[in-house]
Amino acid sequence: MAEIAPKIEIKGIRDGLLITIGDAASWEAVQDALLTLIGERADFFKGARVALDVGSRPLKAAQLGKLRDQLSDLGITLWAVTGDSPKTQQNARSLGLETQLTKPRPGRVVRPLEAHPEGEAALFVRRTLRSGMRVAFEGHVIVLGNVHPGAEIIAGGDIIVWGRLRGVAHAGANGNTQAVVCALDLSPTQLRIAGHIATAPPRKGKPVPEKAFLKGNQVIAEPWSGK
Amino acid sequence: MPGTVLTITSGKGGVGKTTATANIAAALAKLGQKVVCVDADIGLRNLDLVLGLENRIVYDLVDVVEGRCRLRQALIRDKRLPNLFLIPAAQTRDKTAVSPTDMVQLCNELRQEFDWILIDSPAGIERGFRNAIAPADQVVVVTNPEVSAVRDADRIIGLIEAEEKGPARLLLNRLNPQMVRSGDMLAADDVLELLAIDLLGVVPEDEAVVVSTNRGMPVALDEKSRAGQAFRNVARRLLGETVPFMDWDADNNIFQRLGRLFGRGD
Repeated sequence: MAEIAPKIEIKGIRDGLLITIGDAASWEAVQDALLTLIGERADFFKGARVALDVGSRPLKAAQLGKLRDQLSDLGITLWAVTGDSPKTQQNARSLGLETQLTKPRPGRVVRPLEAHPEGEAALFVRRTLRSGMRVAFEGHVIVLGNVHPGAEIIAGGDIIVWGRLRGVAHAGANGNTQAVVCALDLSPTQLRIAGHIATAPPRKGKPVPEKAFLKGNQVIAEPWSGK
Repeated sequence: MPGTVLTITSGKGGVGKTTATANIAAALAKLGQKVVCVDADIGLRNLDLVLGLENRIVYDLVDVVEGRCRLRQALIRDKRLPNLFLIPAAQTRDKTAVSPTDMVQLCNELRQEFDWILIDSPAGIERGFRNAIAPADQVVVVTNPEVSAVRDADRIIGLIEAEEKGPARLLLNRLNPQMVRSGDMLAADDVLELLAIDLLGVVPEDEAVVVSTNRGMPVALDEKSRAGQAFRNVARRLLGETVPFMDWDADNNIFQRLGRLFGRGD
């Protein structure tokens, strides 16, 4: 069976080189082709800063990490991985890679046309976020897991943590003062809603589920009352 | 059966990675395992000092990787424990001298001859850490019961999970039972709640560690030391034995009694 030849394009950008990978071939074929290509023009690539656009490929952190190490052996610094797959973006970020080539401009909350009229776009994260992990999304963010101190969630919409929220949560990051932050244990190091920043007083007793929202200029946290 | 590569890392510096590597290695060797420690902290090597082997360094890890010597020539055999070996780091180079691929290749060779390959990771999350993690079959994260150490440990556990080398196990080092009792120090349970990984061992604060480091004699070989006992327990757990964790309450009474004797008072 003939392997599809991977499509690889290289372009100069302001911050170094952008390598765009086509969606068709297998990841192994892409890696081999890329490393062969670089090997053939080693002097051109040595010391280069490279951003990789992987299109809609879902890639694991181990795959990205391995490629970064192989490029590093050749004197190339991989600093960003861009693409459409949220899984790839998440995994890239967990390795400390950038997922955008320029700083994002704040935009409106995206409402997809095909969605149920009452539904809104949300990013669902089914894991615990450890220190150094960062989740950013224009819509709402839901985490099924804990958020450790040193982790950050930045959402244009609401933030819901089904677990302990101990990191930094910024809801309504685009200026939406109606945004809320809910958690089973609301103990963030810092809470931000739109442009307002607050810290939580130390918790006394067992944690209860709470919702934090802006009332006037103050961030208020209300326990869930069942109503 | 091929050997197991165990990487000892932490994120934070100074929490006891090198001490743990030396002592777990010594304890495993004493139990009859064939062990090699590899110092991956290139440029700031310490493992040779802690093992008391610095005077016998001729070749180091970078010499092996760069082909200036054969692997066998860089292995330093401990005279006290004949199945304990060391591959020291280079002191005059830095962490860019070695790549993750180099480490994987080195360990593949070492696996054929040794039961355990212990890698002493440098502090940080950059190249040195990635070098140390690359060949790992198992990872031990060392931390102290102290907020900044735990914060860094959480970060490193996240990176270990991202590289699919998890789950890591925790070695909680320099616990002071007296301070835990008085509420001045995090307890083991507090640390486990924050880090959410399995506990491999708890090593108490022990002056014998400072003394043994300066003498180049691993404290795991000291029958009287509590820290030594803890490291010996860790080695047994690594070999699959179920070893109960040491009892701190007995210890506390001694601290309290000694405190009163010397007029410190509680």
